[in-house]
Amino acid sequence: MTYLAKPKLHHPSMPTNARGFTRRDYEGRISTLCAGCGHDSISAAIIQACWEEDIEPHRVAKLSGIGCSSKTPDYFLGNSHGFNTVHGRMPSVLTGANLANRSLLYLGISGDGDSASIGLGQFAHLMRRGVNMTYICENNGVYGLTKGQFSATADKGSASKKGVANMDAPLDTVSLALLMGATFVARGFSGDKGQLVPLIRAALRHQGSAFIDVISPCVAFNNHAGSTKSYDYVRAHNESVNFLDFIEAREEITTDYAPGTAVDVVQHDGSVIRLHKAAADYNATDKVSAMNYIQSHQAKGEIVTGLLYMENSPSDIHRNLNTVEQPLNSLGAPELCPGSAILEKINASLR
Amino acid sequence: MKPITAVNDFVVKFANVNGSGSASANEMFAKSILRMGVPVSPRNIFPSNIQGLPTWYEVRVTEKGWLGRRGGVDLMVAMNPQTWDNDVKEVEPGGYLFYDNSKPLPASKFREDITVIGMPLTTLCNSTYDDPRQRQLFKNIIYIGALSILLEIEEEPIVQLIGEQYKGKEKLLAPNVNALRIGRNYALENLQYPIGLRVQRADNVGHRIFIEGNNAAALGAVYGGATVCAWYPITPSSSVAEAFQRHCQKFRVDPETQQNRFAIVQAEDEIASIGMVVGAGWNGARAFTATSGPGVSLMTEFLGLAYFAEIPATIINVQRGGPSTGMPTRTQQADLISSAYASHGDTKHILVFPEDPKECFEHAAAALDLADRLQTPVFLMTDLDIGMNQRLCEPLEWDDSRNFDRGKVMTREMLDEGCDFGRYLDVDGDGIPYRTYPGTHPTLGGYFTRGTTKNARATYSEQGPDYLYNMHRLQQKWQTAKSLVPQPVLRKAGKPARTGVIYYGSTSPAMAESVGELEAQGMAVDLLRVRAFPFPDSVLDFIMDHERVFVVEQNRDGQLRTMLMNELEVDPARVIPILHYDGTPITARFITKAIAEMIKTLHLGQISGKVA
Repeated sequence: MTYLAKPKLHHPSMPTNARGFTRRDYEGRISTLCAGCGHDSISAAIIQACWEEDIEPHRVAKLSGIGCSSKTPDYFLGNSHGFNTVHGRMPSVLTGANLANRSLLYLGISGDGDSASIGLGQFAHLMRRGVNMTYICENNGVYGLTKGQFSATADKGSASKKGVANMDAPLDTVSLALLMGATFVARGFSGDKGQLVPLIRAALRHQGSAFIDVISPCVAFNNHAGSTKSYDYVRAHNESVNFLDFIEAREEITTDYAPGTAVDVVQHDGSVIRLHKAAADYNATDKVSAMNYIQSHQAKGEIVTGLLYMENSPSDIHRNLNTVEQPLNSLGAPELCPGSAILEKINASLR
Repeated sequence: MKPITAVNDFVVKFANVNGSGSASANEMFAKSILRMGVPVSPRNIFPSNIQGLPTWYEVRVTEKGWLGRRGGVDLMVAMNPQTWDNDVKEVEPGGYLFYDNSKPLPASKFREDITVIGMPLTTLCNSTYDDPRQRQLFKNIIYIGALSILLEIEEEPIVQLIGEQYKGKEKLLAPNVNALRIGRNYALENLQYPIGLRVQRADNVGHRIFIEGNNAAALGAVYGGATVCAWYPITPSSSVAEAFQRHCQKFRVDPETQQNRFAIVQAEDEIASIGMVVGAGWNGARAFTATSGPGVSLMTEFLGLAYFAEIPATIINVQRGGPSTGMPTRTQQADLISSAYASHGDTKHILVFPEDPKECFEHAAAALDLADRLQTPVFLMTDLDIGMNQRLCEPLEWDDSRNFDRGKVMTREMLDEGCDFGRYLDVDGDGIPYRTYPGTHPTLGGYFTRGTTKNARATYSEQGPDYLYNMHRLQQKWQTAKSLVPQPVLRKAGKPARTGVIYYGSTSPAMAESVGELEAQGMAVDLLRVRAFPFPDSVLDFIMDHERVFVVEQNRDGQLRTMLMNELEVDPARVIPILHYDGTPITARFITKAIAEMIKTLHLGQISGKVA
């Protein structure tokens, strides 16, 4: 961490996006996490992705649970409303917030302890309901704030900093998200911003439940030899299946790739996400084969990263509930209260 | 033993088998008496089962309009062999037993001090209907027909009720009327009628309505503008959310787009329910959940967050018998303390106590306003007795000029005009800060909400003075709440009284009846019906104005009394507990006896007289 505040002045030549914002407009408070923490790289990737996507910062609601990862929403999008909720229960709060106002973008930030240990139930049910959001799990396999206990995503046999091996089977968040019905599932690595920023951008565009698990090494408690969530281990075992291109709706869609090496997925706004295959036998639009691929590679100790699954036309909770387009929090008595005349009729039916 | 004789003042209890279709027939029985202008007060008594096990329906016929449970049974309609022995035992000496005598029973199964009326219901049904389901369903209507002759209930209101029930299903109408007549004709030809218990047309129902508290609370949520409901099924609260769904389908669908102006989610548990309510409340929608004691236990962590982060939430707690799973289908007022102080740390919550369905409606709408105004959780503390029984009450009313009180919300315009926004800043001296909804303004009014401590501008801070500022402001807000919550209702005795009685919620009808009995025994008492927590100052005034105050409650530990002592610092000797907690609704008989005995035990002597 640093305690030296960045000057508020922008360099006049800093590039602005279509909304007129510089990247600095997407920053938040100074991080209080450890120097070199993977989570800070993820915050930087979120800032970059939101800037590139021309998102108005105040139209994003950031929600998190409890833990190191859940502190980070204070460190990006400083003009957005944020809510640091209860340990493991961010999914329900995000669901309620989303129901109240469907016109905002919802960004859920959680960690492996928050999502896979205490919050596993809410995590699963959130994916089932198809809440339109981007959910990022900053996964380091360890509890940082309480100083180094294993979380549920720690691999079997991986060693703690004190040298004790974890004997419980790991919980794989991406496999679970796929199983539970998430319509966008990806895995990134905090040490690979080039891969992560496009994944976040694609997730922000997705109109359904988008989940990104980001392996994010904990420099204080889980970055040693014997750990399977260290920078060195992840770099050595990273098996990236694809990389992304964005083609805006107004742009001409050309196929400048060799047949079979890429897949175009058209988004709700007409834009296209082009998935360039890094692994020839990976199909990110086929859930069952994606699950197979992830499981079989995981068994070999490889960490499969990239956009693992994307549904072309996802549904979401508002469509399922058939709610009005206007945000529910903006409806007033004229729209909501049936009035005294109807109450008279109700009374009459109860005599 | 002389048979009991009574006109418009007796108790009929139906002993049935769950899932046999008796509920709608029994309800028809109760309503037909209402239609004759005679008030009734019915209660469902049902163990936690679905099918094949015992269930009872008790109807108090009460021309005087006493809507509490009376206790005792004058006529038992014994339709369940499983519970026969106890059902027969329960009949008052001189009472009546109506049963199906298709199969002979040994004399030892009966009592000599009651009148036994047998009718071959099964034989009659089997000779009339071929379909086994019809045999079962029409048996219920047939016994209603026979009872109508025995008790002199007019045929016309019953036929009218059948017509209303099968409106649009005319195929079912005629067979039901036919079954009714089979019962009536059999009784006319074979039974001695009328018995000592009779219904006589009166004019004591007036414009009152007959409704369950849960249904009324759901309507209150519709009228009060709730748009998000998140819930998890739990007896006795589930019918709140189900009724809300029904009413919304009717009244909250956009006529043009056919889209819903509401969102209802059946969550995976109560933790998620309250989490969704908190999320929606944070984001400016009016949201509520309905639950019971075990659900509140699960919600406590979130309730502490909502208290400290100051987020509106409405919780309808339909109380049942605890502790633990306790008696899920029985009634109690035993969640006061667990709701009032739910969560760790120094936490307290607003409670409102409706006395009947009418107040369930009013208080549900008021709770949504209070939650927004005070930016905090508000509990509507109802119970199974009010929630799951139809109760005669005043018609529901709504003032069309009334608007939702959304509380202190800083808008984009206010921010642009330069209003100073500090999320936890007390600008008006009432302890209530302004809030902004997410997405309000591109550069102003954003803040980070957290359960950890913060300063008045919502920035993380562990500084003692910042923590104290917020905690003291929350206390100030608590003071403000006292004048906003429903105020207590005082009923003075006809003459000056030195004794007071404090009561609340579903104890109301029993208390109203008991006070007359106490007066008849020469005991004049002033009554104060507490309607909310925090207690307005008038509650302390009432206690101090009386030498002693009985606190009547339906729990073991005297929870309201504890709260009165805790919050008002009154001498425990001044507040005397009168407690009923066997899972049945409290009765006037119980209250009168308990207070009279207590007065004797305490050697209080003559308790009416001039105040010193």
